[in-house]
Amino acid sequence: MNNSETLRSFRTATWLGWQIESNWTDPFLFAVYSIIKPLAGAAILVVMYSVITKGNFDTPIFPYLYFGNAFYIYVGAIMTGVSWAVIDDREHYKTLKYMYIAPIHIPAYWLGRGVARFLTGSFSVIITIAFGVIFLHVPLDLATVNWPLFILSLILGVAMLCMMGLILASITLLVAHHFFLIGEAVAGALYLFSGAIFPLDVLPAWIRPVGFVMPITYWLELMRRSMVSSVSQAFPTLQRFSDLQLAGILVGLTVVFAVIAYFLFRWCDFRAREEGLIDRVTNY
Amino acid sequence: MQKNNPFKDAPAAGSNVKNNPLAVMPHERAAGWKLFFKTVVARAYPRIVGQQREKSWIFFDIFLPMLAVSAYVFVYRAIGAPEEYVGFVVIGGAMTAFWMNIMWSMSSQLYWEKEQGNLALYIMAPNSMMAVLLGMAIGGMLATFLRALAIILIGSLLFHVQYTIISFWQLIAVFFAAMTALYGMGMMSASLFLLLSREADHFAQLAQEPVYLVSGFYFPIKSFNFWVAAIASIIPLTLGLDAMRQLIFATGASLGFLNVTVELTILLILCVAFLFGARALLGYMERLAIREGRLTESRR
Repeated sequence: MNNSETLRSFRTATWLGWQIESNWTDPFLFAVYSIIKPLAGAAILVVMYSVITKGNFDTPIFPYLYFGNAFYIYVGAIMTGVSWAVIDDREHYKTLKYMYIAPIHIPAYWLGRGVARFLTGSFSVIITIAFGVIFLHVPLDLATVNWPLFILSLILGVAMLCMMGLILASITLLVAHHFFLIGEAVAGALYLFSGAIFPLDVLPAWIRPVGFVMPITYWLELMRRSMVSSVSQAFPTLQRFSDLQLAGILVGLTVVFAVIAYFLFRWCDFRAREEGLIDRVTNY
Repeated sequence: MQKNNPFKDAPAAGSNVKNNPLAVMPHERAAGWKLFFKTVVARAYPRIVGQQREKSWIFFDIFLPMLAVSAYVFVYRAIGAPEEYVGFVVIGGAMTAFWMNIMWSMSSQLYWEKEQGNLALYIMAPNSMMAVLLGMAIGGMLATFLRALAIILIGSLLFHVQYTIISFWQLIAVFFAAMTALYGMGMMSASLFLLLSREADHFAQLAQEPVYLVSGFYFPIKSFNFWVAAIASIIPLTLGLDAMRQLIFATGASLGFLNVTVELTILLILCVAFLFGARALLGYMERLAIREGRLTESRR
């Protein structure tokens, strides 16, 4: 692997990804699109919550689910951004075969395509949290935010999500085009196991271990603790872990996922070439 | 190859073709209603049979929405909601399959056909575009019905949802009225998407969470202000879901937006409006797309 080739692939893919993500419309419509979708997602939870609690937003579970949901936007955005590039290039632009014969590093190219989704995802996260603070009294004081922990957690989380995105991208090489985005679908599914919008204790005991092996669980806990430490203290699930321990677990699991991503890509890439799947189009 | 060939039952040239709906000999060209129905069957075929061949599709279509439904169920349990809300989420989750099908396999379909070069062939062929859309709708509806049914069965078993059918025939009527209106709406939006290019995918994306919100997929629509719920009722699943919940849950009626009979009447009106609207809009959009040269454009 050539470092300059990897960097060049990543940089060019980042530029390409941003163009694809943003230039389909004018900036105003793009901004509206980027705001409405995440706010509607958050509003579903807010309405569900307020219907049952008769609008009592002062319980600790409300900021727990609101922050969890807001930061979870990154999960869908980054994993989808990386894995969707396969479908987009293979079936829409029909350029995946050209990417394969070009002097580029394919995983670095996919990661670069995910950067644009990270940027738009960041915009959505900020808007969602701002909306919650202004209109729903979500407790957030910028002066008490643990900024070093926040930045460290964000960097670790993005790295971990990129590895998960690579795993999905590799699998996507072997599966057909679906009418939803496979990254978003998996992200939606992981909602269940990672304690994003409810504490893991609510899950049946036999299913909880799945949550404990998912790095997203620890990442969301770190993000919540960095924003409002009192929220996490209200729930016992991960209370026994210090911030440093959580960060250590997150680093460990990210390394594990990176190793899986590396070997899975090699295997899926081999199978896709063997079975002639690089340039197939699936649409009924 | 033979196993996957949709025309495997077609007789050899010169043999009797009377009993084979797909076989048309060159000297027996179908026309009029016969051509219309053959087109419907031909377009529905890949939706019903072709989709089942891609095993990963079946898995993702059922298993992943099921996990999302489970997440919302556990949110309700975390905040101490009454058990009937669990049933509401299961039914709402199953109905998301239909909405996804409308957005991605109806509305966006003509855009995808355009991108792949099939749209021009559809227009050139002597069949009606309404028949193509109707075939897509019927095929999509049947295929999605099986997936939605699987979600309801698995969800009900997992979360012990209790059903109390108030009126079976009303339930059937509401379901079919909602589906007819919904797919009529899908046919209408398909013709609108005919003019779109790259933005089609983004518009389809944009029509997910906001519609799940305003249509009350995961909570009773009655939770909204009357006028918000009334405006949201333009989407047939809003009233369809509300009426179905009233008819299958013991406490459903107390959380219903309008009386079931009123909701059924509105759904029937929407059926007529959307189907006629689809026919009128498709004709207009097709002419517009031809005039502006958009049928073969590909702004990538």
